[in-house]
Amino acid sequence: MAAEDLPSEFDVVILGTGLAESVVAAAFSRVGQRVLHVDRRSYYAGDWASFTFNGLLSWIQEQHVSTSLLEEGEELICLSNSDSGSIRNVQVFCFTRWITDCFVTQASQTQGEEPEADRSQSEPAKKKINYAQLVKEGRRFNIDLVSKLMYSRGSLVDLLIKSNVSRYAEFKNITRILTYRHGNVEQVPCSRADVFASRQLSVVEKRKLMRFLTSCMEETEEQRAYKGRPYLEFLSDQQLGDNLQHFLLHSIAMVTEDTPTEEGLASTRHFLHCLGRYGNTPFLFPVYGLGEIPQCFCRMCAVFGGIYCLRHSVSCLLVDKESNRCKAVIDSRGQRISCSHFVVEECYVPANQKKVATPSRFVSRAVLITDSSVLHSDSEQQVSLVTVPPIAAGCPAVRMVELCPSTMTCMPGTYLVHLTCQSVGSAYEDLSPVVTRMFRTPESHDRENCPSVLWCLYFNMADGSGVEVEGHDLPSNVYVFSGPDGGLSHERAVRQAESIFNKVLPDEDFCPPAPNPEDIIYDGDTAASTGGEDEKQEKEGAGGEEKNEEGEAGEEEKKEEGRAGEEEQKEGAGEEIHEKEGAGDLAE
Amino acid sequence: QHGRVKIKSTAQQEEEKRKEREKKLKVYVAARDACFSKRKEGIMDDEALQLTQQLLSSNPDFATLWNYRREILMHMETVKDEDQVQKIYETELSFLESCLKVNPKSYGSWHQRGWVSARLPRPDWARELSLCDRCLSLDDRNFHCWDYRRMVVKMSGVPVDQELGFTDRLIGSNFSNYSSWHYRSTLLPLLHPESPEPPSPSREPPRSSPPPSPPTQSHRVCEEQLLKEYELVQNAFFTDPNDQSAWFYYRWLLGRAEREEMISCVYVSREVERVAVACSRPVNAQSVGLLLVLDGQPQRVEWRSVHPQLKHSPVWICDLPPGTISDVVNEHNLTVHWTEKHTHRDCALYTGRSESWCRDSATDQELFRSELSVEKTSVLQSELQSCNQLQELEPLNKWCLLTIILLMRALDPLGYEKETLAHFRTLKEVDSMRSAYYSDLCSRFMIENTILKMEYAEVRVFSISDKNLTTLCHLDQLLLVTHINVSCNQLQQLPPHFAMLQCLEVLEADNNSIEDLEGLHHLPKLEEVLLKNNKISTLADLQPLASCPKLKRLDLRGNPVAGTANLEVELAQLLPSVMHLLL
Repeated sequence: MAAEDLPSEFDVVILGTGLAESVVAAAFSRVGQRVLHVDRRSYYAGDWASFTFNGLLSWIQEQHVSTSLLEEGEELICLSNSDSGSIRNVQVFCFTRWITDCFVTQASQTQGEEPEADRSQSEPAKKKINYAQLVKEGRRFNIDLVSKLMYSRGSLVDLLIKSNVSRYAEFKNITRILTYRHGNVEQVPCSRADVFASRQLSVVEKRKLMRFLTSCMEETEEQRAYKGRPYLEFLSDQQLGDNLQHFLLHSIAMVTEDTPTEEGLASTRHFLHCLGRYGNTPFLFPVYGLGEIPQCFCRMCAVFGGIYCLRHSVSCLLVDKESNRCKAVIDSRGQRISCSHFVVEECYVPANQKKVATPSRFVSRAVLITDSSVLHSDSEQQVSLVTVPPIAAGCPAVRMVELCPSTMTCMPGTYLVHLTCQSVGSAYEDLSPVVTRMFRTPESHDRENCPSVLWCLYFNMADGSGVEVEGHDLPSNVYVFSGPDGGLSHERAVRQAESIFNKVLPDEDFCPPAPNPEDIIYDGDTAASTGGEDEKQEKEGAGGEEKNEEGEAGEEEKKEEGRAGEEEQKEGAGEEIHEKEGAGDLAE
Repeated sequence: QHGRVKIKSTAQQEEEKRKEREKKLKVYVAARDACFSKRKEGIMDDEALQLTQQLLSSNPDFATLWNYRREILMHMETVKDEDQVQKIYETELSFLESCLKVNPKSYGSWHQRGWVSARLPRPDWARELSLCDRCLSLDDRNFHCWDYRRMVVKMSGVPVDQELGFTDRLIGSNFSNYSSWHYRSTLLPLLHPESPEPPSPSREPPRSSPPPSPPTQSHRVCEEQLLKEYELVQNAFFTDPNDQSAWFYYRWLLGRAEREEMISCVYVSREVERVAVACSRPVNAQSVGLLLVLDGQPQRVEWRSVHPQLKHSPVWICDLPPGTISDVVNEHNLTVHWTEKHTHRDCALYTGRSESWCRDSATDQELFRSELSVEKTSVLQSELQSCNQLQELEPLNKWCLLTIILLMRALDPLGYEKETLAHFRTLKEVDSMRSAYYSDLCSRFMIENTILKMEYAEVRVFSISDKNLTTLCHLDQLLLVTHINVSCNQLQQLPPHFAMLQCLEVLEADNNSIEDLEGLHHLPKLEEVLLKNNKISTLADLQPLASCPKLKRLDLRGNPVAGTANLEVELAQLLPSVMHLLL
């Protein structure tokens, strides 16, 4: 659909396709609101996006370009150009050549004066992936800008189930929780089966841990007595040994040493509550990466008539002076589109209209492509959450997610590792010490038992939880969503979407279950469609409105790949979200 | 409003669903009728296969149709060559797989699968095993699948050690699944049998060798493996002490001692010319071939149980023909044979003696330790330590307490008596729903202890008053007792087994709640019965006493029956031998 053909009237215009915007778009569309959803970028999901390796390389380039623009242009007022405040300090390293060299020299060293021909024979055994291969197989990567996991009883999973959006995606269990302790990576026994199988714990420790996990589910007088005092103090008073305290504090509650007891207990409970719903850990991860989730909600929005335009933005708002309401927007093509509500991602809001000009907090991120897992096990297809407590005083606690190829986020033979922490310095300053300790890089070439880093990226991203979404100098029917926060869960984005939806339409249900495709009646020319055609219709809904030919083609191809992947996965642990009570529930 | 989505109303949906259902039903009924008529006509063609397939895929528990299918398939076996048959059966297997996806617990589908797998010319057992594994990973308690899997394992000869690895995996993913533990208990004795000679620690257990299957396969496991199993199961019950699967398996590990079967006691009384025999387990004397040889002469005697209600009993009696042994100057030699078990016991009745016996004493047999095995004391001791450790952490866990009691009994029943009683008290509190069970169990242990004490003292007096007994057991061990004191307990009856006390002369049972005297049945020597403060309420309840010829003293004070009018007269009629009656 060409831009000129855009209808001139909508109920809601939404700028930005991040998670919260996509959820609210689906919610509005689902209850019959006419939604126009646009994004300045050529891809969906904004800072929530997932990229192929090559896609990520272009994204990196864009960041450099726009960062320099921002420095030169000082304060950019135009909505469409001011988005890049959210990303900083991008640094990229590629070690594929170094690693290959490393092995070649080793091979020649060990073999001494053996003729060179032998080297090529020994090499296939330790075949290293080079940069060209990463680029060639780049499509197999789906690299998330944001690293999060879905709590199996969190609000996002509940919403996916309630709204039936879950049918658009597939999920995998996080298979294990690991932690970095005394220089080693250890598995954290958190479910009943883990505790039983653990070889590091004595039977008495097993009993103590299980008892703690069971007893902390209920609030007791004893717990209340620790209100305001550190959780660590509470834990050590429970006669739990050092290792158990470490597991409980850093890996299960995932809090810091000075977190108050009530908060520590609450997050411990949330963790335990999520166990056993889908597997032995509390977490799910969407196959093909987190960027799938906003797209799923967009698809839902499109099925119910929402219109999508990528590489399309809103340049001005037309505000009625009397009522201080936004009556219409002018899009980047100069078309006037009237609307009753306007929803915008925070980064589009001009600085002079913000309550606080710049993001106050940042998240440090690193993305590594490695050649093996941080902890070997029988299965190569492990999806791990690794908690790394502060390695020195003043350092942030780092959260690491290691994805295996079966999550469809990296090429076979590699692992994709996401590191995240609250920024203290730049991403490189915060995270490279952890990387050099746990992985083999040129700086830590002697760590021969650690996985080698083939390629890595560091960047800082604005922390959405440090961003004000209210109190801006904006019309009353303009709603602002913050970008992604640094936390592990999606609570914040889902809650924001729901609260804004309720503000606009207080009497409507938020994302009620979508009907089966055969129960949907299309008006006019498509009225007589059958179930099979509906599927097609839906896809056209999501992809068809895009002006960007290239992007659309890419989208289609990705979906095709997706289907092929699904076939492969039938054998594996490809997990569909639905109501199912696991057997390993701790509480039972 | 272009492209605006509308959703069908609930009424519309209902209507559509109803129509859909009607249509389905019509198709189903038509297909079913077609199948039935084809079967009647004896048609065995592909169309019939297709029709039944169509029906069974929506209703896999239609047994008639499976039968028809089997008829067709068997017919096809006769007319097609092997490759074709293989192909037909493979199609059947993939059809069955789709049926199992619909209903993984369908009897019909699993049975058909077993049937097909057994007939398949070239079976692919690896595929069948992986199918079972997939089913069990979805529901590890699907017993249909367990059954089918057992068949597959048997047919394909999967090595035992591989199967043990399979149970490792299942237990690892969910140790509350008793099916896996149980399966383990059947595999271990095959893989790591207890060696006949004392096991040396360096000996490698045989790996993956086909299971040796002598007719009397021991159910015991070599010590080295047992220690590993103890560790595994401890991990389970320390992780979740409330899960019973691990505890049951643990108890199996601890005790599988098999008691030797034998005649434990032969008693002969010159006076009543009667022989009483106690076996190590309840038997039916007529069917197991109990044979009495007196002075070298096999006797034609009629073995009787001590009470008509007991068809199976450890104790049997027979009366000798009058005059056979009545002369005190004669010495007699008796032998009782348990022909079925090729065992016997001799007993000599010497000159001048009015009675004689020969027996294995309970102390020699360590009879009551057999509940838990005759495992090495050191092993049991360390297991007791682990359980005590758990009990410190979980003082109110019933499984732990019960296991501690059993271990203590296996180790030193008398030495641990005090602790045992204390644990029983806790058990009754924490698990009040089963307090009667614990009382009975405790009674049994107290009786066992008293029997041991009696035998150490080498007396025929059995005194167990004021021990909160709720039941009487091991009465076969009291065959020789002449004087029993069970007063001040909570007994409600003297059960039929009580008649095993063939030598009993004095019964003290004051201060119980006895309502029923059924067990006082033909006790030839019983002279004195003290039943003060019990709950005998009618004259009819005293009827059994009439069968005891020597009864002289009877105390019925404090019983409801004492208030009955004309009681003395009636009693004099019922029990003419009684001289001293206290009412």
